[in-house]
Amino acid sequence: MLLGSLCLLTLFVFPMWKIQLFAPQYPNGVTMHIWINKIGGETPGTLQNINILNHYIGMKPIEPEAIPELKYFQYIILAMVALGVGAAIWNKRKGFLAWIILLAIIGAVGIYDFYLWEYDYGHNLDPNAPMKFPDDSFQPPLIGKKNIINFVALSLPHIGGYFIMLGAALAIAAWWLKGKLKS
Amino acid sequence: MKKQPFLRTLGLLVMTCILVSLNYSCNTGGNTSSGVLGDDVASQVYVAPGEYDEFYGFMSGGFSGQISVYGIPSGRLLKVIPVFSQDAEKGYGYNEETKPMLNTSYGFIPWDDAHHPELSQTNGDTDGRWIFINGNNTPRVARIDLSTFETAEIIEIPNSGGNHSSPFTTENTEYVVAGTRFGVPYPQADVAINSYAENFKGMLSFISVDQTSGEMDVAFQVLLPAFDYDLAHSGKGKSHGWTFFTTYNTEEKSTLLEVNASQNDKDFIAAVNWKKAEEYLAAGNYKEVPANYAHNVYDEETHMATSTMKKTVKVLTPEDCPGLVYFLPTPKSPHGVDVDDTGEYIIGNGKLSADLSVHSFTKMQEAIANQSYETTIAGVPVLKFEDVLAGVVEKAGLGPLHTEFDGKGNAYTSFFITSEVVKWKVGTWEVLDRAPTYYSVGHIMIPGGDSKNPEGKYLVALNKITKDRYLPTGPEMNHSAQLYDISGDKMKLLLDFPTVGEPHYAQGISADRVVPNVKKFYPIEENKHPYRAMGEKDTRVERDGNTVHIYMTTIRSHFAPDNIEGIKVGDKVYLHVTNLEQDWDVPHGVAIQGAENAELLIMPGQTETMLWEPKSVGVYPFYCTDFCSALHQEMQGYIRVSPANSNLPLTWGLNDEQNQS
Repeated sequence: MLLGSLCLLTLFVFPMWKIQLFAPQYPNGVTMHIWINKIGGETPGTLQNINILNHYIGMKPIEPEAIPELKYFQYIILAMVALGVGAAIWNKRKGFLAWIILLAIIGAVGIYDFYLWEYDYGHNLDPNAPMKFPDDSFQPPLIGKKNIINFVALSLPHIGGYFIMLGAALAIAAWWLKGKLKS
Repeated sequence: MKKQPFLRTLGLLVMTCILVSLNYSCNTGGNTSSGVLGDDVASQVYVAPGEYDEFYGFMSGGFSGQISVYGIPSGRLLKVIPVFSQDAEKGYGYNEETKPMLNTSYGFIPWDDAHHPELSQTNGDTDGRWIFINGNNTPRVARIDLSTFETAEIIEIPNSGGNHSSPFTTENTEYVVAGTRFGVPYPQADVAINSYAENFKGMLSFISVDQTSGEMDVAFQVLLPAFDYDLAHSGKGKSHGWTFFTTYNTEEKSTLLEVNASQNDKDFIAAVNWKKAEEYLAAGNYKEVPANYAHNVYDEETHMATSTMKKTVKVLTPEDCPGLVYFLPTPKSPHGVDVDDTGEYIIGNGKLSADLSVHSFTKMQEAIANQSYETTIAGVPVLKFEDVLAGVVEKAGLGPLHTEFDGKGNAYTSFFITSEVVKWKVGTWEVLDRAPTYYSVGHIMIPGGDSKNPEGKYLVALNKITKDRYLPTGPEMNHSAQLYDISGDKMKLLLDFPTVGEPHYAQGISADRVVPNVKKFYPIEENKHPYRAMGEKDTRVERDGNTVHIYMTTIRSHFAPDNIEGIKVGDKVYLHVTNLEQDWDVPHGVAIQGAENAELLIMPGQTETMLWEPKSVGVYPFYCTDFCSALHQEMQGYIRVSPANSNLPLTWGLNDEQNQS
């Protein structure tokens, strides 16, 4: 249980999600990293490069300062870590379960929030954009692969994301084992 | 009887056909080598689309003043690096940042004759840090940084005329050298030309190289008689610590040299013990003499070059420094001097002879220890030819010029007059193979061929005469290079490819020693240019009397600002353009109608400056010259030029944002 909650701390070390764009003139792809508290990429220039691409179709620039979630979500995670450690010390099955359910709710809310932002970027296009493709959707995929005009966009969890899952799995395992030991 | 003439005719026809076909097949065989009929030559030079070449080849540009970079074995041109000549394509020598690179004691010299590229070495191996090249006409040495493939530094050589025997590095790039090809009065003076032998001198310069920054400094010069110091190579391994220079015109003549400098049966190889020189320097055994020479350094963070004039140089004189220099008699006006990969053999390519004379470093050391001298010239002991000679490669061809090594005990020598490359065995001096060149080969290059560990897979012949090798392009055509496979016993011609300017020497290096260090763009946060604009918010226009500074940025696909008013006729307008891009291969260019200049071509993260002095009233467009994006054609703007006495305020803007000073 303790390990499970500490897994969440990796979010401050690794990005939790990545969106990759592939096209012939980008042989290595353009990889954007979404962290718990910032948006970056493989190089310091990645975000600028993505914004340059997006500006052709009038997508508003991704400005991490303008996304409040990046500011407060880290505190939710820290609180979750604290609660997880608390639950581990308390060492009760229902404490574990409560933590798991809370993590699931936060995860679901987080993914929904991610979807909303994607929808906003993909649909709120500047009517004065140099290039217009009325029938195309520019919303990146929530998870998986999608063709967006000349790009293939790929959206997948990154290391931090996998650690959340690992944390949840460890917590579930702790809850299950504890039940088994009791009986 | 009546049928006989017909039969005769038939017989003649058959004969003719046989002769014609024989002749035809002879021609084919002679012109394109047996490779065409044998194995598949094309696949050996075929580098599939998207694949990389195994080696970089750096060819000097000769009278183009530049270096061109080729992929080997494909022969594909990868880049032309501007070094000693202005390059309108890249704005080099035209923009304000790089103008100081071409500053000399004679002022701004926009051209030179670039001869011998030389890669930096560590422990005698090419290391991919830098490549050096000499400017022959206005004596200079340049250093090119191989992380950016840009010229990083140029230093002028004082007391020299025709910097030909240069740069030829030492084993750890302690020094690159510069020997004067033309004797000149020392110090320069208004003297009679026919007082040559009396008033003229020949100077050999050793330029130290800082191992971290690469920065060059003329550490010392060695004052010698006014012979023509033609070429050089530094020792390696056991001969590390020595540098060898060939000489001609030991007759010390100043007129009709083709005859008068070809009289002596033997000229010299000057062997300079630079470690000894360091001892004499430390002991203070030198004269610090007044001089005036430019030292130009490009700073990668400010993206600007600065030029400073140096005022003194240290000179060592053999009379005061015993053991510093020895002369090795060598037939006959030797051109190249090449030290084999073991460091033992010093090859004198006797240009006007049919033989190659090979000296032994060990025998040279013995002769020095025994003080077995033929005579002494200006304090320099002349060793005996027989004492130092290791062997002679006899009658291998006519006009031997240069020798490279394959690391397998073989040497390859170019023969200009007989147009061929001859392979011979080091130690036994026997000729193993010969291959024709098309035509009149000068230098040859094997990757690492003058280092301790040659990569003896390919040989490139750099030919002086092209004639019919390619589709004709009028009286002037590119020079021609030829690639040979030297991995087997016999040399095999693989490829012809045209080269830029006149490549003299060339260097080759495994791509994997260079590629990991190559930069893709300049990080914008490291930009320290005094006139940078770190973002569009930073852009502005400032007037200081008649001088106007425009702080402009580029990003796909607009300039900021792109409308500027309030410029006046007679202004000196400095357009400082920062490319805000941070992606590989997204340069932007800038050109203004009527600017007496070249374009700017600005790499991502870089700032470059164009000086524009508008001459007449009007509104002038400027635009991006490098196709940057789908909206490249839209990347344009206007500058309004008003009369000199106009009161129009300076205004600038982009779209809705308008600013006024």
